[in-house]
Amino acid sequence: MSFWEYANPRRFMAVTDRVVGPSFVLAGVLITTGLIWGFFFTPDDFRQGSTVKIIYLHVPSAMMAINIWIMMLVTSLVWLIRRHHVSALAAKAAAPIGVTMTLIALFTGAVWGQPMWGTYWAWDPRLTSFLILFLFYLGYMALWAAIEDPDTAADLTSILCLVGSVFALLSRYAVNFWNQGLHQGASLSLDKEENISDVFWFPLLACIAGFILLFIALVLLRTRTEIRARRLHAITLRERSA
Amino acid sequence: MIHILTRDLRLAIRAGGGFGLALAFFLILVVLVPFGIGPDATLLEIVAPGILWVGALLASLLSLDRIFATDHEDGSLELLATAPLPLEVLVATKAAAHWLTTGLPLTLAAPVLGILLNLPAGGHFWLTMSLLIGTPALSMIGAFGAALTVGLKRGGLLLSLLVLPLYVPTLIFGADAVRRGIDGFGPQTPLTILAGITLGTLALLPFAGAGALRVNLR
Repeated sequence: MSFWEYANPRRFMAVTDRVVGPSFVLAGVLITTGLIWGFFFTPDDFRQGSTVKIIYLHVPSAMMAINIWIMMLVTSLVWLIRRHHVSALAAKAAAPIGVTMTLIALFTGAVWGQPMWGTYWAWDPRLTSFLILFLFYLGYMALWAAIEDPDTAADLTSILCLVGSVFALLSRYAVNFWNQGLHQGASLSLDKEENISDVFWFPLLACIAGFILLFIALVLLRTRTEIRARRLHAITLRERSA
Repeated sequence: MIHILTRDLRLAIRAGGGFGLALAFFLILVVLVPFGIGPDATLLEIVAPGILWVGALLASLLSLDRIFATDHEDGSLELLATAPLPLEVLVATKAAAHWLTTGLPLTLAAPVLGILLNLPAGGHFWLTMSLLIGTPALSMIGAFGAALTVGLKRGGLLLSLLVLPLYVPTLIFGADAVRRGIDGFGPQTPLTILAGITLGTLALLPFAGAGALRVNLR
């Protein structure tokens, strides 16, 4: 029994059939708890007032926006090396979720930035690199949409994902060089004693976990849809040739 | 390899090759900018490095889809792929030909056009230097993008969507080098990083481009 057995579409469908529902429910519970807890049962920050509460949407979506790209990179590599179709389809399924997360992060950031920084948008390194990440997602999805043959599309988008990752990383450091930041540094890391006050930390943790589960549920659901679409296509082809 | 290079150069220079097109586009863009933002000399002085770099970038984007598309249409790309020459070398050669027909003329024209935008005197040398170092990266990245989209019917617009985000680091360091040169800070740091980007793309992207071509010719 190895991990690669899940690359078999039939096995994948059987396992995910049982996983998707519960992870949706659990994600819903966690996000609802985290948001209600965060919005109504935490004190206002003494300088930022109640605007601080956007953290419960902003931070998880921003984390997911980056992590989804990394997940796409890994699945693209798996496709290029081991030619598992499920892997390529998972990368395809993840991209629209990633672009949505990027948009949520940019939008919530703008809404928070207006009262706090006095502007919706500043050419800050973090903001700019997120905008560039958004463009990378758009290009990736456009390339998937443009190519008809699924295997060719999977190959070319995987190559684009590899090259794009290098350039996205390069852009991240280039914009640091280019402009000074307005955005605060990282306030969540594993090696510090206490990052932000525990009062805000626990509901935030619930939201982050909820977002991760929501992504897992969505990406599995979308991959299942892609597999079904692929099977349907095969059946129609067989019908037509028979 | 030399033959492919000279063949591409000849194709580009002769009628219908669009050799002057990028240069004309660059000129028109530089002429249009003052109409857009006003003829104020001090304002133009500030934006000149950025406009010239963005202009060079867009002008080199114009002729990207020609790198492989015309050869794909008349079937010569298949012949080149079956030739004993490695596909990686073909991609690099094509990029070199593209640079010689767009990047190099743009680099030589940029200081002249800089006069139109009131580029400060100290900037001309650094503009030429940064373009000379940076434009090979633009051609190489573009050749990779062209290899990705070669099989598509209307790949032109998609090509720019794919390639432009990849141009971001080159643009940042290129324009910054000129600005630093004008202000009298040392432009060596951005120029060195720019050279690093160019060398990195020259070393790695031929492989990615050749991979994409193999998929497209399958």
